[in-house]
Amino acid sequence: MSAAQGTLSIGIDVGGTNTDAVVLDAAGTVIAWTKQPTSVDVTAGIRASLSDVLGQIGERRHEVARIMLGTTHATNAIVRRRQLGKVALIRIGAPAATSFPPFTAWPDDLRDAISAGSTIVGGGHLADGYPIAPLDRGAIVEFLDSIAGTFDAVAVCGVFAPSYSEQELEVEALVRAHVGIDVPVSLSHDIGDLGLIERENATVLNAALYGVARDVTRALFTAVAEEQLDAVTFFAQNDGTLMGVEFAERYPVLTIGSGPANSIRGAAFLSGARNAIIVDVGGTTSDLGVVVEGFPRESTLPREIGGVRTNFRMPDILSLAVGGGTVVDLASGKPSNDSVGFRISQEALLFGGSTATLTDAAAATGATPVAGLSLPAIDDATRAALGTALAIAHDKVESAVERMSLGRVVLPLVVVGGGGFLIPDQVLGATEVIRPAHAEVANAVGAAIALAGGRADHMCDYADRSTAIEAASKAAIGKAIQAGADPLTVEVVEVVETPVSYASRPTLKVSVKAAGPLARIGSETSNPHHTRGEES
Amino acid sequence: MGASYTRYMPSEPLHAAPPPARGRLITRDDIAALAAGAAIFGTGGGGSVDMTKVSVEIDLDLHGPVSLITVQDLTADDAVIVLSAIGAPSVGIEVISSANQMETILAEVARVIGRPVTAIMAAEIGGSNGVAPVGWAAQLGVAVLDADGMGRAFPEATMISMNVAGLPSEFAVMCDVIGNVSTLRPVNIAWLERHARALTAASGGSSLGAHYLLTAETAPGAVIEGTVTRAIEVGARLLASTDPLVDLADVLDARVLISGKVTDVERLTEGGFTRGSVTVEGTGSDRGRLNRVEVQNENLIVLEDGEVVVSVPDLVTIIDTETGEAISTEMLRFGQRVSVLAWPCDPLWRTPRGLELAGPPAFGYNIPYVPFVSNPELAAEVQR
Repeated sequence: MSAAQGTLSIGIDVGGTNTDAVVLDAAGTVIAWTKQPTSVDVTAGIRASLSDVLGQIGERRHEVARIMLGTTHATNAIVRRRQLGKVALIRIGAPAATSFPPFTAWPDDLRDAISAGSTIVGGGHLADGYPIAPLDRGAIVEFLDSIAGTFDAVAVCGVFAPSYSEQELEVEALVRAHVGIDVPVSLSHDIGDLGLIERENATVLNAALYGVARDVTRALFTAVAEEQLDAVTFFAQNDGTLMGVEFAERYPVLTIGSGPANSIRGAAFLSGARNAIIVDVGGTTSDLGVVVEGFPRESTLPREIGGVRTNFRMPDILSLAVGGGTVVDLASGKPSNDSVGFRISQEALLFGGSTATLTDAAAATGATPVAGLSLPAIDDATRAALGTALAIAHDKVESAVERMSLGRVVLPLVVVGGGGFLIPDQVLGATEVIRPAHAEVANAVGAAIALAGGRADHMCDYADRSTAIEAASKAAIGKAIQAGADPLTVEVVEVVETPVSYASRPTLKVSVKAAGPLARIGSETSNPHHTRGEES
Repeated sequence: MGASYTRYMPSEPLHAAPPPARGRLITRDDIAALAAGAAIFGTGGGGSVDMTKVSVEIDLDLHGPVSLITVQDLTADDAVIVLSAIGAPSVGIEVISSANQMETILAEVARVIGRPVTAIMAAEIGGSNGVAPVGWAAQLGVAVLDADGMGRAFPEATMISMNVAGLPSEFAVMCDVIGNVSTLRPVNIAWLERHARALTAASGGSSLGAHYLLTAETAPGAVIEGTVTRAIEVGARLLASTDPLVDLADVLDARVLISGKVTDVERLTEGGFTRGSVTVEGTGSDRGRLNRVEVQNENLIVLEDGEVVVSVPDLVTIIDTETGEAISTEMLRFGQRVSVLAWPCDPLWRTPRGLELAGPPAFGYNIPYVPFVSNPELAAEVQR
C-alpha cells in the first residue's frame, strides 16, 4: 500500500522538555502515543518518538500518509539568542516612516545578534494606493554593496505592502539579481498584517530564523527517511493551521505560538467539542484558551517575542497562577504566586515534604491527585487553610472561565494537563467539565489534526466593500493552497471588517482567513477534524 | 484635529546643543508616569500611549531632558504653538511620520508668525497626544508649556480651551509624511477642522498640524494650566501604588462610581467616531448595582437606574481594578474587572461657552448638565 492511500497521521510536538508523538487513524482515534525527552540536536528526540510510535503500530506503519510537526524551536532560538542569522533590512517608504528607524526599541543583544545593517529607501504607498515616492533601486544596490558579505538573509518591508505588494516583489528580484539567486529574502507582506514596525520586526525575525528552520526540517526529513516512510511532512503554525515544509523553511517565524494553538485544538478534538474553553493545568500555571469552530480564538493585543514587538496572530491565552505546585500560605489560607515546580515530588506534603501546595489542598478535600499516596496527618488549622486555598483557586478558575466565555454559558470546559484534578467537576460559566483521554499528548494531537490555512488583509472604501472582500478572499485562499490545502475543499472561514475611525472617506479594513483539509492524491479526504465538524 | 490620533515616533536629532534649561525639567524617568497619567486623563480616548511612550523615551535619551515652563514663566519673547497629530490610528500604525516632519512645521510657523517658536503645547493632555509633544520638544530644542487645550481628551477640534476663551483661530500649518506643507487661514476653528480633514485624506490619512499662537498675553485664561505636571503626578502615584483604586481616587479627588465587571460592550463605528455603551455590573459592596457608560471615542455619560450620575465635560475613566491602568474604549472587553472613576472638569468647561462646545447637547444628548461633585458631604460644608 502506498502512502498516498494511507489513512494514518502522525503528530509530533517538539517541546523544550519532551518530544511527544501520536498516531491518529482516519476516524481520529489515538492508536499510539509516546513521550520522549527532547534532545539538544532535535533529531534524536524526533527519531526516538517516531520510532516508538511506529513500533507500537507494527505493520500499519505503511499506512502513515502524513507527519505533522509542531515545535517551539524558533521561539527558543530567539529567546536564547542562539543560531540566529545576520539580516540586512530594507525599509521602503522614505520620506515617510523615517522617524522611527529600524531596530529601534529592540533589546541590544538581540539587535547585535541579528542586524547586519538597515536602510530606508524611497518607495511605498499610502492607504489609497497612491505612491509615496518612486522605488529607489539605486539606493538599494548601494546599501547591499556597502554591507556585502556580512549578511545571511535580507528582509524587505514596504509601507502598506500588505495592500500593495508589487514593490516588495520587485525588490526581491533586484536583491536576487544583485547578490545571488540563493540569498533568502523575507517579504513583509507574506509575514504580517498592517502595522509597519511590528510587521517589519517579524520579517526580520523570520529572516534570522532560516538556519534554525533548516535544522528542524532536516531533522524531520532525516528521521522520516531513516524510517523509510513514504509520508508527506508538514509544520504547524501559530493559528492552528499547517504549512508545507518548504513553506516552513521560508516562513519559520510562523511556527512561533504553534504550541498553545496545538494544545487548544488537540484538547478540543480529544473531547469531541468544536467550540470549547480549554484549561491546561500545569505545575505553575493554568492556561486558558478558547476554540471557536475548530480554531483557537486569537488575541487582539500586540505580542512581544524575545522582547521585540510583533503583530503575530497568537491564541488568546489567559494564564493564572494556579497549578499543582502552587504554594499555599497556611497563615492566610491563600494560594501564593510561587510554585515548587518540578520539585513537587520532594517538597509537597503529599510526598513527605514540608511545603503546602494546591495538590495537597486537593488531597485534603478528598481527591486523589497521585494514585497510592495520601496526606500525612495534618492539624485542623492546616486542613482549614488548605480548604480555603482550594476554594480561592476554584474562584479564580471560575472567573477566568467566565471571562473567556464572554458571559454566555454555552461552552464546555475541557481539562488537560497534569494538574487537572484541581478543576472541580462543575464550574460556573461552563456547561460541563470534560476530561478527555490522552490529554497528556494534546499538543501532538493538535499537530496531527491541523488544517492548511491562509490570511489576507485589504483596505478599501465602503463602496468597494464587496470587491475588497472578494480580493482578500482570493488572496487568502491562494495562501492556504500554497500552505498545502486541497484547492477543491478550501474555504473562507473568517471575514473580519474593521471600519477605520476618523477617516474623511468611510474606509474599511477587511481581513479574510481561509482554511481547508490538506490536499491528497487518489483518496477521499479523511481529515478527522473536518469529519467531526460535518457530524455535529 | 480631534482626539483619535495616530502614534507618531520622531527620533532624529535636529539640534546639536540642547537649549538652556528653563523651568523644571522633564527627564526620561518621568515618561512612564506621564504616559500612565495621560492615559487616565484620556477618559477612554486620546489614542494608545504605549508606542508613544517608547519613542519619547528614545527622544529624551538622544536629546536630553526637556524644559517644562508655566504660563507665568512666559515672557514677551515667547511664542507657543499648539501641536497635534491627525488621522486614523489604523493608518498611523502603517504610515509613520517622517523624521523632519515636525521641524518642517515649526519652520513654516516661524515664517508665518515672523518669529521663532520657543515652546509647544499639547492640544490635549489625554492619551497619546499628551505624551508625544515632549518628544517633539526634545527633537526641536524648545520647551513644553505646562498646560493643554482640553485638560482631558475630546473628539473634536472645536472642543478646545482657546475656542472657549474666544481666541481666534487665524492660521494653521500642516505637514504630511511626504513633506507637503499647507498653511491655512480659516475663518474659524470649525472650518479649520473641515479643511484639515480634507487635506489629511489627500495625504493618505495622516498628518501633523500646528495651530493657535499663544503668548504671555493671550495664554492666561485660554489654556488649562498645570496639566503636564498633573499627569506626571497622577501617573507616578499610580505606578508606585499598592492599592491603585484608593490612591487614584485620592490623587484625582475622584469618586469611585462602581467597582465590578464589564457585562456588556456595545460598539459601533460611524462617521469617524466609535459610539456605544459599556455596562458594568457591581461586585462586592456594589453587588446589585449597574452602571452604564455612554461612549463616543471618550466616556461621556454614566447612568444608573435611568438617572444621569455624571456627564461631559466632567471626566469619566474606566480603570482595571487590580492594576489601576486606564482602559481605553477599544480595549474594553466582556468580563474585565473594572472600576469607574469620575471627577470634575476644569471650571473653564462649566462656563456657558464651555458647555455650549462640550456639554451633553454638543454630543447629541438632550439632557441638562449637572456639575459633578466628587464628595457631596464635603462640598456642602465648604462652599466654593
